[in-house]
Amino acid sequence: MKSFICIECPKGCHLTIDENFNVTGNSCIRGKNYAINEIKCPKRILTSTVKLTNASISRLPVITSAPIPKDKMFDVIKEIHKVSISAPVKLHDIIISNVCNLSIDIIATRTINKN
Amino acid sequence: MKTNKKIYDIIIIGAGVVGCMIARELSQYNVDVLVLEKDNDVCNETSAANSAIIHSGYDPLPNTLKAKLNVLGNAMFDKISSELDVSFKRIGSITLAFNEDDINTLKMLQKRGEENGVVTKLLDYKEVHELEPLLSPKVIGGLYASSAGIINPFTLCVHAMENAIDNGVTLILNEEVKTISKENDIYNINDKHFGKIIINAAGINADDINLLVNKGKDEFTLLPRKGEYIVLNHFKAPFVSHTLFMVPSNKGKGVLISPTTSNNYLIGPSADLVYKDDNTTQKDIINIVKKQAENMICNIPYNETIRVFAGIRATPETHDFIIKESMSENFINVAGIESPGLVSSPAIAKMVVDEIVSKKINLVKKDNYNPYVRKYVHVDKLSFEEKNKLYQENKDYASIVCKCEKVSKGEIIDCLNRSCPPFSIKGLKKRLRVGFGKCQGGMCQSEALSIMASFYNVDKKDILYDNKNSNILLKKMQEED
Amino acid sequence: MNEVKTIDLVVIGGGSAGLAAAISAKNEGIDDILIIEKEEFLGGILQQCIHNGFGLQTFNEQLSGPEYAQRYINEVERLKIKYITNAFVSSISKDKDVYYSSKSEGFVHIKAKAIIISTGCVERTPGQIMLEGKRISGILTAGQAQKYMNIEGYMVGKKAFILGSGDIGLIMARRMTLEGAKVLGVAELMPYSNGLARNIAQCLNDFNIPLFLSHTIKDVIGKDRVEKIIIAKVDEKGNYIENSEKEFEVDTLILSVGLIPYNVLLEGVDAKISSTKGAIVDENYMTSIPGIFECGNSLHVHDLVDYVSLEAKQAGVGASLYLKNMLNSDNDNCQVKCGNNISYIVPQHINVNNIKKDISFKYRVRKPMKNVKVEAYLDDKLIKSISKIAILPSEMEKMTFNKEALANGRELRFEVKEVKL
Repeated sequence: MKSFICIECPKGCHLTIDENFNVTGNSCIRGKNYAINEIKCPKRILTSTVKLTNASISRLPVITSAPIPKDKMFDVIKEIHKVSISAPVKLHDIIISNVCNLSIDIIATRTINKN
Repeated sequence: MKTNKKIYDIIIIGAGVVGCMIARELSQYNVDVLVLEKDNDVCNETSAANSAIIHSGYDPLPNTLKAKLNVLGNAMFDKISSELDVSFKRIGSITLAFNEDDINTLKMLQKRGEENGVVTKLLDYKEVHELEPLLSPKVIGGLYASSAGIINPFTLCVHAMENAIDNGVTLILNEEVKTISKENDIYNINDKHFGKIIINAAGINADDINLLVNKGKDEFTLLPRKGEYIVLNHFKAPFVSHTLFMVPSNKGKGVLISPTTSNNYLIGPSADLVYKDDNTTQKDIINIVKKQAENMICNIPYNETIRVFAGIRATPETHDFIIKESMSENFINVAGIESPGLVSSPAIAKMVVDEIVSKKINLVKKDNYNPYVRKYVHVDKLSFEEKNKLYQENKDYASIVCKCEKVSKGEIIDCLNRSCPPFSIKGLKKRLRVGFGKCQGGMCQSEALSIMASFYNVDKKDILYDNKNSNILLKKMQEED
Repeated sequence: MNEVKTIDLVVIGGGSAGLAAAISAKNEGIDDILIIEKEEFLGGILQQCIHNGFGLQTFNEQLSGPEYAQRYINEVERLKIKYITNAFVSSISKDKDVYYSSKSEGFVHIKAKAIIISTGCVERTPGQIMLEGKRISGILTAGQAQKYMNIEGYMVGKKAFILGSGDIGLIMARRMTLEGAKVLGVAELMPYSNGLARNIAQCLNDFNIPLFLSHTIKDVIGKDRVEKIIIAKVDEKGNYIENSEKEFEVDTLILSVGLIPYNVLLEGVDAKISSTKGAIVDENYMTSIPGIFECGNSLHVHDLVDYVSLEAKQAGVGASLYLKNMLNSDNDNCQVKCGNNISYIVPQHINVNNIKKDISFKYRVRKPMKNVKVEAYLDDKLIKSISKIAILPSEMEKMTFNKEALANGRELRFEVKEVKL
């Protein structure tokens, strides 16, 4: 038996999961999947910023295109730190593709025009 | 090295209100004056953290320096505030009585006032409650002094120094005095500043500075006393319109409640002996201040609190100002300037210059002395037409940086271009009230940092909050340490 | 001087509330709208909230703050709603004069027929909570730290401690940790957390950051910058418990101790203000000044932006009804009252005749309770009851009624009652 707080929505359900992957405490299917993933391979969405030039602000907000393994978060941040982008950037432009060979991209979460 | 050393006629140690006022007073004469300040700004300790009151002068014991200089100083403020473009209002003070003993004390104070040359009026229950309708019913009478006022203590100090610099005085910041030696009648400070006369206006550190010269022959001790205050935001509901005092005790003037020149309200101070660098605030002390204030006014809107702060005052053992030449010739102490120091400061400056310095050095008035600072623009106080006229001259005046206190980028740039400019966020706050309002800089600090960084042509992370090592931003992201 | 320009609807503040309100009014047929935004970009505080988790209620997906804002900005652009940025409204009048200034236009006076105030909120400061110790560099509010990091790209500290378990504080604990800083702990004065449970899980637990409940900062120590902080445990009255002190060597103290509606403009026109520090409003979010509406965090602080957008949408509808002269101004007023353990309810009074179909009331409780019923009484008659396993001050609750249920009522009262199991 293991228990978690579900992070899939602001509700924050108290989930428990047993050895046979039976989930209780969830109010929706997302909670069930979350609990199973927490046992198998916990994953998180990661957000950060990358250096931005040619714009009136100096950081571009970015996000992973899908949840990444929790233990890879700091590796991905390291890759994000290596990047510098020049405006203009469009919402959901790919900033790093296949980051750390995870088959996941780092994408922009904001449209920024050239200064 | 010694061949091209500059020898100043006078070196002032400390750029609090006393140092700044003396510098300004001297700047009307043909003498070379240098001011050394240990901090990154003028007005950074006691002068920046006090009650901001221009006391009438009935309180100090007759025939003391405090009594004489308070009354003389008070009378000088109409002229000074206009010359230095400082907010000043004679709103009057009322000292409140809660029982018959207090009434007797007020009568004694009124007599003391007469001796000091201060006119006061005793108020009965009805009169005092008419003047201040929100007073607690426990208040049974008061002593009214119409000449008491409130002032912006930050701009008083800063503008005095600005005016002094405009008239030729040199200011060096971040220069803590560590050594003073004397050779051939010339004082040598830190092995690099040379002067014929030294004026020690080092505030709470004046006793230590004096020891550098007078150890074993002419010593005095200053006891640091801490006062903690509460600042309330501007609010529309009626509150107090005079400075309200409690009947004084042996610990000092006690807690006061007063409007400020920026339409805030100030409540405090406490008075506790502390170490010199202990400008911390403590909850239990603030709670005592609150309780005492509630004796005067019921239902104080403490939910309007925007800040608590503490100031350190230098209490001399003699309980009177120390203003005299020391046993070391040409080393003048101006020390122990506790309350009523702010109001006395212009009179202290005049006394130091007229009665001490003038006897040591030939003071000749400059032809081009200008007692006025260049007028400051306060966009928020202008009419709509005036604002747009200003905008035509400089578009920055329409760009409002501090939203709470409505201060424009134009005002900030003007301030940075002056002769005693801020080098820190705190310095900007003292001069223009940027970040002084409800959000305490939460909304505008980053923009203020940008404006200062671009003016000084440095990175934002190099702009300090206050003194050295007080950077707000540590490093750019992705940058190695 | 020149003729004063007239605009049907001025929306003050182009954040999540202002954008949604303007879009809603436009969709209701109001064409002459101007949004006035003080920052360089539309989107408000969402632009610095780069983490994801927004929009689940509105769009059924998890968006980051800038993505959520972008959807509304795109809609504003598509609908050709006019806006000006870098412009600050310094005052308004009861007659709906609006005075603003900007570098590009100078000082401008316009006359609005209706105004929506959506100016957001500010963070509580060290002074407001009477933080003890030194006033030195290295003490920041969480939102300030967030702006410095996410918009400007600066680290504010290497080793930090966080006071207050509000969501922004928790989010910043994770953000700083991911960027290489060490967060040594979070102290919360209350015996329960003020942030969402999921943020405790994913921002603190994921990184082994300890949460000290019933603790506060007793001292801030340092010469020019924070060098050390001391926390102590407190009892129910907030007094320190002896020998409970813990010391942390940090260079930064981040405060996440609450948000307060920013309402200087309304204070200037003497609008009635509620205990939330926002305006007292009716069913359409109209304040006590006819034609001036308020929504979003300047009305009351929300935990979810989705609810801000919803509220703003209704305010936009309300403003359009006002402009079309379609609001009933009869005195058929029902007052909304806070009963046991309710700290506030918005709106505070309603005119049932102005409700189209149904109406949602938003409320918070004073203290956490378990196994409760929230009951609504109309003129002392129970009309609705909802059971809840737990109810927390940090979570805004909602109760919705259809119009008929409230007909002819004079007083609607909410009560929270414990249920014996």
